[in-house]
Amino acid sequence: MNESVSIRTPADGPTVHHERGQRSVFCGLTGIVWLHRKIQDAFFLVVGSRTCAHLIQSAAGVMIFAEPRFATAILDQRDLAGLADVHDELDSVVGRLLERRPDIKLLFLVGSCPSEVIKIDLVRAAQRLNAKHAPNARVISYSGSGIEKTFTEGEDACLAALVPGLPAEPATAAPSLMVVGALADVVEDQFAVLFKEMGIDARFLPARRADSMPAVGPNTRFILAQPFLAETTRALEARGARRIAAAYPLGAEGTTLWLKAAADTFNVPSENFEAAIAPGLARAQMTLARQREKLSGKTIFFFPDSQLEIPLARFLAREVGMKPIDVSTPYLHRSLMAEELALLPPEVRLNEGSDVDAQLDRCRAARPDITVCGLGLANPLEAEGLTTKWAIELLFTPIQGYDQAGDLAELFTRPLARRSRLEV
Amino acid sequence: MQLTLWTYEGPPHIGAMRVATGMKGLHFVLHAPQGDTYADLLFTMIERRAERPPVTYTTFQARDLGTDTAEVFKDAARAAYERHHPRAIIVGASCTAELIQDDPGGLAKTLGLPCPVIPLELSAYSRKENWGAAETLYRLARGLAGERRERPARARPLANLLGPTALGFRHRDDIIEITKLLNALGVDVNVTAPMGATPDDLTRLGDADFNVVLYPEVALPAAQYLEKAHGQPYTKTVPIGIGATRDFIAEVRKIANLPETAELPTSNLPWWSRSVDSTYLTGKRVFIFGDGTHVLAAERIAREEIGFDVVGLGTYSREFAREVRERAKLHNIEALITDDYLDVEKAIADAHPELVLGTQMERHISKRLRLPCAVISAPTHVQDFPARYAPQMGFEGANVIFDSWVHPLMMGLEEHLLGMFREDSEFHEHASHLGVSSAPAPAPIPTAAEQPVAAAPTAAAASSPVEPQWTDEATKELKKIPFFVRGKARGNTEKYARERGLTTISVGTLYDAKAHYGR
Repeated sequence: MNESVSIRTPADGPTVHHERGQRSVFCGLTGIVWLHRKIQDAFFLVVGSRTCAHLIQSAAGVMIFAEPRFATAILDQRDLAGLADVHDELDSVVGRLLERRPDIKLLFLVGSCPSEVIKIDLVRAAQRLNAKHAPNARVISYSGSGIEKTFTEGEDACLAALVPGLPAEPATAAPSLMVVGALADVVEDQFAVLFKEMGIDARFLPARRADSMPAVGPNTRFILAQPFLAETTRALEARGARRIAAAYPLGAEGTTLWLKAAADTFNVPSENFEAAIAPGLARAQMTLARQREKLSGKTIFFFPDSQLEIPLARFLAREVGMKPIDVSTPYLHRSLMAEELALLPPEVRLNEGSDVDAQLDRCRAARPDITVCGLGLANPLEAEGLTTKWAIELLFTPIQGYDQAGDLAELFTRPLARRSRLEV
Repeated sequence: MQLTLWTYEGPPHIGAMRVATGMKGLHFVLHAPQGDTYADLLFTMIERRAERPPVTYTTFQARDLGTDTAEVFKDAARAAYERHHPRAIIVGASCTAELIQDDPGGLAKTLGLPCPVIPLELSAYSRKENWGAAETLYRLARGLAGERRERPARARPLANLLGPTALGFRHRDDIIEITKLLNALGVDVNVTAPMGATPDDLTRLGDADFNVVLYPEVALPAAQYLEKAHGQPYTKTVPIGIGATRDFIAEVRKIANLPETAELPTSNLPWWSRSVDSTYLTGKRVFIFGDGTHVLAAERIAREEIGFDVVGLGTYSREFAREVRERAKLHNIEALITDDYLDVEKAIADAHPELVLGTQMERHISKRLRLPCAVISAPTHVQDFPARYAPQMGFEGANVIFDSWVHPLMMGLEEHLLGMFREDSEFHEHASHLGVSSAPAPAPIPTAAEQPVAAAPTAAAASSPVEPQWTDEATKELKKIPFFVRGKARGNTEKYARERGLTTISVGTLYDAKAHYGR
């Protein structure tokens, strides 16, 4: 932890610049790539175009699944010209799909840019299909379209769509803790153990199976494990649940603040809290000390991508001594980010939105030691002599919690180490 | 509405991008919603391009739909010209922008940009990637090639090479190989397009005496246009394989009126194939699937030049269905014309081939079916852009093909022999489709529960340091670690525990060791 950075009150933080221009980010469909791994009996059916199918295929990288639990119902000329009734077509596609995959218990109809522009009512379609296929398979819908959703907002839309169907927790129930946001199973298990040691029985949204989604009610207190869940937050609050505001569990400090916020809400005695976190915290501090030697003083530049940029910049600045110079996020939800903004060094240039050409100009002028960017920009920037870190790896790698803190820092050390090795 | 898991071809605007990205000095202004920029990574990651594709996306969002997406397009086109100063611009719409009917071509015209602007109609809901590439090259040739001109009689005739694009399967090296071959025949290359050409180069297309169509999927409409408008004949043979390369040479000599005197390069394939070592290749059952051009070429090589039995033949290029069906008849099989990946997987499983020649999709199918596979066609993957020179065309291409088809077969044999060890679950995970990790299968983890209660004291004394035992929880935790580092994690944890004299390994020990050995 870097003592030199003073903690300011929430709502404080660097000035925010707003940018508008070409956005070089994935659309919300991309979240399917990790969500389908998380919910193991769910299927994601995109109602879209060949572009949607091509995007998911390209973002997923390798086609390692024989029959992945996602697919695209591609709209064609017949659907657009009204020669085929889109809803009849969809019913028949879903019918064949569920017949072929009886293991699927939860089917998401995922809206896309084309389905939204031609106004296919997927909410109604999901209700109709649900009436037909429940209880064997529940059918719900959300939008992952690029015109509505930027990258991780797809997960937000997916989880928000789950909320109305969560079981109701009675008003008389004891207070319960819900951790919200898709985490790698290994991280989820670590958190469950930590909470258990504090005497809290934590439940997670999304659950690994469709039939074990957590209940929600007025005594539910929820804490976000991912910072991009604004719509899910509203949906949970609409069911009476209350959010525990906290920094996000990235790094030793972030994890402690996050756990502490939950522990305080549940009145965990501080000695119990300290005892529960001590071993993990010590391990995290040990691994981070080694990373700090390699990263301290290095400058870092974030292109807007996953909305993880602000917590990551906070972690890198405070725990390994890096200097974030330019941090862009596609959207800034001030209320969800208040605790993070208060911890961010005030000299950071903070931007909401995107104008990729202007950002490239700033990046080239600043020549940061590391640039965090999308895959489309990484090789071109490397070719210009800049060292890059792929932003998407931060979503596919377990990075939250004490025992991943060192791994998270190491993601930034590795490209620097590689560059220093090469003599070609 | 078609249910699709994996696609062989992207949408048509990806084809247009392959043309634009292959060229220099051309810019593509694409009316497309936020998210369509994913396409950049195909070029920068798969092909390792050091520059961003020359594409400006309008990346409109829902809020723009309520106002004026046409203005968004115009701003983007203006900004793209200001920033990149291209020699020509192509404009088009991706699938969503096609629905909002902003007419990028018409809008661009009103801007009066000081360079040629060529509009594309990409028909996202009925066409696909290769069609989009072909349409774009055709529009560019039509828009830029200019008037028909007189061509002087030349001692060395001039030819254009048409068809190579960014992200094409070995296009980079085929250009070099065919240029060398044509030069040896006495032909000079006028323009290679789209790969490497500038819009100014395209104005010189009409100077050539004839066109070489390297990839008909991309080049045919442009070649047909140039034949009509500029009186340029074009080659019909694609020079992949020894026989096809010889036919191509004969065709070029006929078109260009060249004597049969030039000394030509040779290939190792004929002798490699005739040498006795290759006897084992005889009658190997091979399944071929890919784009039309490469499938037709592979069928002939398999049949005439290596001596395989073709037990499956198919293509996702519907435009080539007739020719592929004709070839399938030679083998008394029915051609598989489909772009449904599951149909291909089923056909391969049913045909029981010993080798699969396909695309990256078939490589994945082959992995699952544990069949050897060589990639012969797009769609491509990062490994289809090798560092070394590896053409498919011409005599060197035949050498590359011989090696790349035969090597997986030998590996396949090894894999077959090693199959007997597959019962071990961890060993199973280490198995790749081309081979198996040489690491010995690890012994099962001794758990505290399984430890024999009445262990002989003498035996325990003999192995002096007591082996630490894993708790059930720690064993379960270990299994959550990805298999490719699990062995190392296990070894490090046991070493850590032994050094500290621990008798049991808990979840905490596992993470203590992880932290201790972490970088």
